[in-house]
Amino acid sequence: MANAVAENYLHQSTNKYTGIRSWLLTTDHKKIGLMYFAAILFFFLVGAIIGLLMRLELIAPGRTIMGPQTYNTLFTLHGVIMIFLFIVPGLPAIFGNFFLPIQIGARDVAFPRLNLLSWYVYIVGAILVLVSLFLPGGPIDTGWTFYIPYSIRTNTNVSLAIFAAFVLGFSSILTGLNFITTVHRLRAPGMSFFKMPLFVWATYATAWIQIIATPVIGITILLVIIERAFGVGIFDPALGGDPILYQHMFWIYSHPAVYIMILPAMGVVSEIIPTFSRRTIFGYKAIAMSSLAIAFVGYLVWAHHMFTSGMSDTARWIFSLLTFIVALPSGVKIFNWVATMYKGSIDPQPPFLWVMAFIFLFSIGGLTGLVLGSLATDIHVHDTYFVVAHFHYVMFGGTGTIFFAALHYWFPKMFGKMYNIKFSKIAVALFFIGFNMLYFPKFILGYMGMPRRYYDYLPQFEPLQKVSTVGSWILVGTIFFMVGYFIHALIKGKKATSNPWGGVTLEWHIPSPPIQENFEEIPTITHKPYDFSQLKEMKNE
Amino acid sequence: MNNMSEAAAVHHVHRDDVGSKMGMWLFLFTEVLLFGGMFLVYAVYRFQNQEQFRLAALELNTGIGTLNTVILLTSSLTVALSIAAIQNKNKFLSIVFLNSTLLLALMFMVNKYFEWTTKFAHGIYPGSKELLEKPNGQILFYGLYYVMTGLHGLHVLIGMVILYIIKRQIKKDIITHDNYIRLENSGLYWHLVDLIWIFLFPLFYLIQ
Repeated sequence: MANAVAENYLHQSTNKYTGIRSWLLTTDHKKIGLMYFAAILFFFLVGAIIGLLMRLELIAPGRTIMGPQTYNTLFTLHGVIMIFLFIVPGLPAIFGNFFLPIQIGARDVAFPRLNLLSWYVYIVGAILVLVSLFLPGGPIDTGWTFYIPYSIRTNTNVSLAIFAAFVLGFSSILTGLNFITTVHRLRAPGMSFFKMPLFVWATYATAWIQIIATPVIGITILLVIIERAFGVGIFDPALGGDPILYQHMFWIYSHPAVYIMILPAMGVVSEIIPTFSRRTIFGYKAIAMSSLAIAFVGYLVWAHHMFTSGMSDTARWIFSLLTFIVALPSGVKIFNWVATMYKGSIDPQPPFLWVMAFIFLFSIGGLTGLVLGSLATDIHVHDTYFVVAHFHYVMFGGTGTIFFAALHYWFPKMFGKMYNIKFSKIAVALFFIGFNMLYFPKFILGYMGMPRRYYDYLPQFEPLQKVSTVGSWILVGTIFFMVGYFIHALIKGKKATSNPWGGVTLEWHIPSPPIQENFEEIPTITHKPYDFSQLKEMKNE
Repeated sequence: MNNMSEAAAVHHVHRDDVGSKMGMWLFLFTEVLLFGGMFLVYAVYRFQNQEQFRLAALELNTGIGTLNTVILLTSSLTVALSIAAIQNKNKFLSIVFLNSTLLLALMFMVNKYFEWTTKFAHGIYPGSKELLEKPNGQILFYGLYYVMTGLHGLHVLIGMVILYIIKRQIKKDIITHDNYIRLENSGLYWHLVDLIWIFLFPLFYLIQ
């Protein structure tokens, strides 16, 4: 392995260029993954700072640091940036790109150039969002749901901002169809579907949702833009259009989209738990199939966002029932993860601790989802902070936490450097405290009647609002602390070994960082994905 | 060291026609869903405004619609023939058939142009005074008519650009009898454009 450094993908070019163009024109799935990483991390930090400013405004009733219109734009931007620029592409585009081909024993994705194109499309979408902020008219203020009729009446730059969402959807579709084709066409010899690691299964299921759901938001957004430009009447109630129909169209995409966000995270959990329990996953097929079940049932529950919008009672209880059914495959996963740990030899390294935080936070998020999914309680807490708290527990406590878990798990493999373990354990603890301080009070506030998206509030809500704001400082502080020790690791970190955690999926069989086309020779797969008896052979290699 | 240079040599010679076609089908699937959203909107509004939709549809020219259907179906045939020609190593015939497809597509767009401008001349376009005086159901019908046929027309234009590029590639022997997956995929796209029209035609022109 003396020339491992020379062969490392970071220092090699897939084209005739060196320097920056060897990155910007690369077709290497690993480099594209890292380019996504840089862009997505940037927007995550922007979104986090916007959230911080909103919390600061809410530290006291009345005007604190900004006016109501600014607040309206900030919560819209926070939503648009976090959802379309961070959490939807986050796990698939970064870790999916980097590890899906490696985990199935491929040299690259099926369409490497299309992969690069989807990165550029993402960047164009992101730039459009940014441009819409500074053009005359002012930044979009509709909330990230762009509800009709306000979104066709307001004079802010709605058209450009939602066109950006359309473009980002395109990027998402291209990534999705690339992954599906990759999984079908490029598995190594012996890698049958049921020998694929569960992260691949989850990303595969996600790719299907990306393909099935995203076009619907695409056409919906186009219709809103056309409505604003030409006044065709399709969504304008004054001309006979139906605003409720818009909500249906919007949620037909946007509900499955939350499974685009969470499924890859569940896949990462299914990787991390066996590795740090030194035990094969419990119920492999059940976990794989539950990903597909979530993808399928998740497509049929959209109207639970609209229980108070005006629908027949029959429709409401059917959607409520279907919503409860989603809890079943999710429960299957949670129980299988816990069962995997049973009698395992648990090694509480940072990635594992992040997963523990995930299970706790995600369970709270999931169970409060049932409160929202039942018709009677939903009417009480609809459009309150309760929804905001639920959403952040599921999305940030779920996917966000796993984003960090995946980063801690795969960072040594991606960059060949190890970060400071002690610091990262402190970070998990601080994150957990800050997170619960920030979001748990919102459950109580919501139950007490604090509506979401409000700029001002009644005096009796003040103590809990203050707790929440202090929590946001701890949380954002922790995030910057993490950024700090990761940068330190990149510059001064110790060299990582090829298998620092003792994992057995294919990425741990190759050097850290991987070589140019991942494998010197495409491996033939004989073991099941989490067969830890391989560890001994791997040490001898 | 020998190993290394070998690894560099195999770089990107990967070709997978089955994979390419699979990717294309997945893309077409997203197109179907894109238009599927429109068909859903159409279905809801038709259900809500049955009488007004019927009345509005009487204004459309079924003759031009039928003509355009025939034109587009024929153009699908010529694309298929172009693929058959290249498989039989007949480059010339393949280009001839692609040219006829492009010509038919152009005829379709010219017809569309005259159809739309006639409507404009009668004051039927989004936001016009005459249209706004009509009942809401008719406004919706024409809103959907312009959006759906417009979006379809945009796809025809994109298809024409693609087929033109493909034609150039056949000329330059980039696409040959043993490597014609691009032509096949473009043909699939063209069939999709055709297919969507097959559904648009009865929904707007025939249900009266």
